[in-house]
Amino acid sequence: MDRRRDLIKNILAVAFWLGVWALFAALLDRALLLPGPWAVAKRLAVLARTGEFWRITLMSLWRILLGAALGILAGAVLAAGTCRSSVLEALLSPLLTVIRATPVASFILLVLIWVGRDILPCVIVFLMVLPSVWDNVSAGIRSTDRQLLEMARVYAFPPWRTVRRVFAPSVGPHFLSACQTCLGLAWKSGVAAEVLTVPLRSIGRELYESKLYLETVDLFAWTAVVVLCSLALEKLLSVGIRRLGRRPMLGGTGQ
Amino acid sequence: MISFEKAGLSYGEKPVLRNVTLRVQPGEHAALLGPSGCGKSSLLNLAAGLLRPTEGTVTVNARRAAYAFQEARLLPWRTAAENVNAVLDDSAATMLQALAWLEAVGLADAADKLPAELSGGMRQRVNLARALAYDGDLLLLDEPLKELDPSRLDSILSLLRTHAAGKTLLLAIHDIGQARALADSLYVFRDMTFVPQK
Repeated sequence: MDRRRDLIKNILAVAFWLGVWALFAALLDRALLLPGPWAVAKRLAVLARTGEFWRITLMSLWRILLGAALGILAGAVLAAGTCRSSVLEALLSPLLTVIRATPVASFILLVLIWVGRDILPCVIVFLMVLPSVWDNVSAGIRSTDRQLLEMARVYAFPPWRTVRRVFAPSVGPHFLSACQTCLGLAWKSGVAAEVLTVPLRSIGRELYESKLYLETVDLFAWTAVVVLCSLALEKLLSVGIRRLGRRPMLGGTGQ
Repeated sequence: MISFEKAGLSYGEKPVLRNVTLRVQPGEHAALLGPSGCGKSSLLNLAAGLLRPTEGTVTVNARRAAYAFQEARLLPWRTAAENVNAVLDDSAATMLQALAWLEAVGLADAADKLPAELSGGMRQRVNLARALAYDGDLLLLDEPLKELDPSRLDSILSLLRTHAAGKTLLLAIHDIGQARALADSLYVFRDMTFVPQK
C-alpha cells in the first residue's frame, strides 16, 4: 500500500514539474529558447525510431560503463593493496589526492593530448570513479571486525574463506554504495568528456551539434536521453544491490 | 606442550603480565584462576599466537589449536550451523558434522538462526560447538561456562571433559569448583603472574 502511495506521489511530482515546464514554454512561446515537453517528447520518439539513435546511445553507454567497470576494479584492487601495505599506501596516496583535486575539464584537456578522442571518455570516467571506490573499499576493509579476523586466524581459515566470510560482508555495503555513487558520477563526467571531445557516435557529440546549430529541441531530447539512461542504470543497480544483499556473501542471510 | 618462560605483556606503558613461567604438558588440563580483567584472556591470546610477549618467550607445540573466545566472535551474517561449519571444510559435505556438534550442545533447534537471534548463553554454546568441532590437539577455553543456563552446566561440563580427554587444555575460569571439574592443575593469578595452586 505504501509503495503504491509513493508511486502516485512520485508521478504527481513529475507531472507537476512537467506542468511548470510546459507553462513557462507557453508563456515564452519561443521554441528556440525553451521548447515545451510535448515537442521534446515528439522529437525523442522520432529519434528513437532510427537505428542511429540506438547506436549512438549504446556507444556512449559502452564507453562510460567500460570506464566505470575498470575504475571500480582498479579502485577495489588498489584499496586491498594499500590496506595491506603501508608502503604502497604512502606511494599511491599523493597520486590519488591529485586525481581527486583535479577538475574534470583539466583532465579532459590533458588526457586528450595522450589518447584518442574515442577512448578519452572511458579514461575520464576511469579517473573519476577510481578514487571514490578506493576510498569506500578502504573504509570497508578498515572497518572489518578485528575480532572476527583473529577468529579466522586462529581457526586457520584459508585466504579465500577469510575474504568470502569475513571481509566481503563487511566491505560489501561500502563497495555497493561506492558503485551507486560512481554510476551517476561516471555518467555525468563521461558525457561532459564527450561534449568536449566530440567522438564519433556519442551523445556528447549530438549535444554539442544541437547547441552549435541551435536545434534546441534536439538538445533537450538528447539531455532527456542522458537523464533516462542515468535513471535506468540507477534502477538496475539498486535492483542488483537488493538481490546481492540477500546473498550470504555480501552480508545477507541467504534466506 | 605450552611453555611460558618469564613471559611478560604490556599494553603500551601498562604492564598486564610479568614473569609468567608456566608449562602445560601434552594431554594436561590446566586452569587459570583469577578475578575479571587480571590477564587470563591475555595469557590465552599469547598461547593462541594472537599476541606476542613483550618480555620472555611463549612456545606452543600443537598441530592445531581451537579457541573458544570469551566473546563468542560468531560471524553475524551466518547461521549457527554455518558458523560451526566455517571452521570445518565450510562445505555441504561437512554440514552434517556441524549440525551434530550443535546437537551436542543442545542447539539442534537453533541451527538456522543468526547470532543476533540467539541469547548470550546460546551464542556461547555455538562458540563452544565451533571449538569442539575444530578438533584441535590444543584446546583454549576462555570462560567457557559464562552466561550458560544453570540447567545446561552439567551437560556442557561433561561434554567438555569427554572431548578434552587426551588433549592439552588451557582454560581461563573464575569459578574454582568448575576449574577443579575440568582441570588437573590450577594456576592462580598473583602479582601479575600465575602461580600453581597447591
